Amino acid sequence: MKKVITGNRAVAYGAKLSRVQVIAAYPITPQTTIIEYLADLCASGELKAEFIKVESEHSALAACVGASVTGARTFTATSGQGLLLMHEIIHWAAGARLPVVMAVVNRAIAPGWNIWTEQNDTLSQRDTGWMQFYTESNQEVLDTVIQAYKVAERVSLPAMVILDAFVLSHTSEIVDIPPQEMVDEYLPPYQPQYKLDVDDPKAFGGLVYPADWTELRYKIQQAHQQAIEVAREADREYGELFGRSYGLVEKYPQDEAEVILVTSGTVTSTARDVIDHWRARGQKVSLLKVRLFRPFPVEDLRRALEGAEKVAVIDRNFSFGHGGIFAQEIKSALYMNSHRPTLFSFIAGLGGRDITPATVEKVLNYTVSRDRPEEEAIWIDLKK
Amino acid sequence: METYPRPRLEPNYRLPEEELLKPGHMACPGCGASLAMRLALKALGKNTIVVIPACCWSIIAGPFPYSSLDVPLYHTAFETAGSLSSGIAAALKVLGREDVTVMAWAGDGGTFDIGLQALSGAAERNDNFIYVCYDNEAYMNTGIQRSSATPWLAWTTTTPADKPKEEPKKDIIAIMAAHRIPYVATATVGYPDDLEMKFRKAKAIKGTRFIHIFSPCPPGWRTESKDSIKLARLAVQSKVFPLLEVEHGERWRITVWPEKFVPVREYLKLQGRFRHLTDEQIEIIQRNVDQAWEKLLKLAGENVRESSPCA
Repeated sequence: MKKVITGNRAVAYGAKLSRVQVIAAYPITPQTTIIEYLADLCASGELKAEFIKVESEHSALAACVGASVTGARTFTATSGQGLLLMHEIIHWAAGARLPVVMAVVNRAIAPGWNIWTEQNDTLSQRDTGWMQFYTESNQEVLDTVIQAYKVAERVSLPAMVILDAFVLSHTSEIVDIPPQEMVDEYLPPYQPQYKLDVDDPKAFGGLVYPADWTELRYKIQQAHQQAIEVAREADREYGELFGRSYGLVEKYPQDEAEVILVTSGTVTSTARDVIDHWRARGQKVSLLKVRLFRPFPVEDLRRALEGAEKVAVIDRNFSFGHGGIFAQEIKSALYMNSHRPTLFSFIAGLGGRDITPATVEKVLNYTVSRDRPEEEAIWIDLKK
Repeated sequence: METYPRPRLEPNYRLPEEELLKPGHMACPGCGASLAMRLALKALGKNTIVVIPACCWSIIAGPFPYSSLDVPLYHTAFETAGSLSSGIAAALKVLGREDVTVMAWAGDGGTFDIGLQALSGAAERNDNFIYVCYDNEAYMNTGIQRSSATPWLAWTTTTPADKPKEEPKKDIIAIMAAHRIPYVATATVGYPDDLEMKFRKAKAIKGTRFIHIFSPCPPGWRTESKDSIKLARLAVQSKVFPLLEVEHGERWRITVWPEKFVPVREYLKLQGRFRHLTDEQIEIIQRNVDQAWEKLLKLAGENVRESSPCA
């Protein structure tokens, strides 16, 4: 069934179709309508879930941890400051190996207040052990929520499904909503390997001495390594059933290119259009969309960027004191390659400033007209 | 408004023999909190999930991969006993396991201070679990730093004897009663039959239940291990820690009318943390305790005499 819905409604439909059992969430712009839709779905009985209307994001994720370790499929959603307030429990959910799925509507971090899109909130959770999927369209949002449960429950890791504030969250697009019975076929009920069970009492999360600690951390890393193939397979299987799949990264077009532009989130759609125009003019440029950021699909990236002379990365984020975060990650992925392309790092669209086709043109023009970047990071449209 | 019958202990009542707190736990000798857990689990039984935030009990329960409890146990972050238990209760409901009791078990730091927001949130939603605060009146696990449960003028490592704690203990019972949750009670290991009855009563009630356990701590209070039970009884007899219960924030009842009343000095003098007090300060403490007791009598009203002579 096709509907014209916002990204936030797509999130809610994704959660509903995944038959989430416990939701705990706290409102924050621009995530709020997600939980309003879910509250409606729970109130009408369309979704048979317990919705805990908690008093903070910290409590939201702690409640999800409690529900998940008891054996329920759990869901939450947040943005910006809310995500930062959760930070301790974000580590906790991953360390506890719980397949919580959380939608995060990217929002810039205060001060001053800014409710618009920027990736610094999710990227500052990079090292917590959560998987991170960055999405480009409302359809991808819905499909990725369902896929995220499939992957998370298989590898016992939590997952974030990330969408741009307003550009997706509050903008309507046509979305194909798959039938429940097909989703049920794709995503069976959650069967945890371990849970709080009065018939099989166990203690979770007690003091761990140095003798065992490293191995527990290593197992998290092993799960991440495994998650790359599991995510690939989950996406492929989804494609077979529903006719839509996205890959872990997507190269557009697939063929050889001298310059490859790297994007994530909604910038990708804008860039597709620009790339089409440049291609039509005979320019050998391509686009690489990074959908899965954690685990980082290093081999996929290396293959996709092979043969390029230049790589231009657009980052809607910044690591203060260093540079654009996707750019750094891609640099490190390419380090072991014998042939390394020249990498251009661009900062654009912070705090919701539009990234228009003209912005992408500037990025490409800068890249093709120079042998090397003049700065570590080039801040596009910076007012001086 | 629902009223809850007070389970009367039958004559010659004996505690259930089943031990759900196993030997090998890591509590200090004379620890009130370990005895409190033993008694609480006897009352609640095997169908219980325990949630423990950062506190002495994070250590007492034993390190990975051990557990001294024969019930499922979740160790959680310091301020999340309330919120995480809400999640467990919601999951049990959706999974059709409401026969299982959830018990959050937190210290005074995790309850009065860092965990108060999550506790208040859960209580306001009347989420279905028992929240227990075992109160040893300071951050004992980190080595005796003041909490908002530390009594006025007590010594701790962050309120040295030259400048002891200047603020009175936070009134957590009034705070929880103000949430109008179905059941709020105080208890102590010095009166195990009263404690047992309160846990049995709490188990039968649905919604948020809060039990505040006065829990002597020999290393933190600078007392002798052998005096823990004596101190717990003196706290009640000196009116420092009245044994009471509150239903729906309204019906206050004193559950134990002490067999004798003693001056507060009797309670204070056994504890090194009060060694520096002057006679004048002890007199002020006595007046404060008397005033609080009078206020409680007014709240309890006619229910005062309902209290059982619990020797």
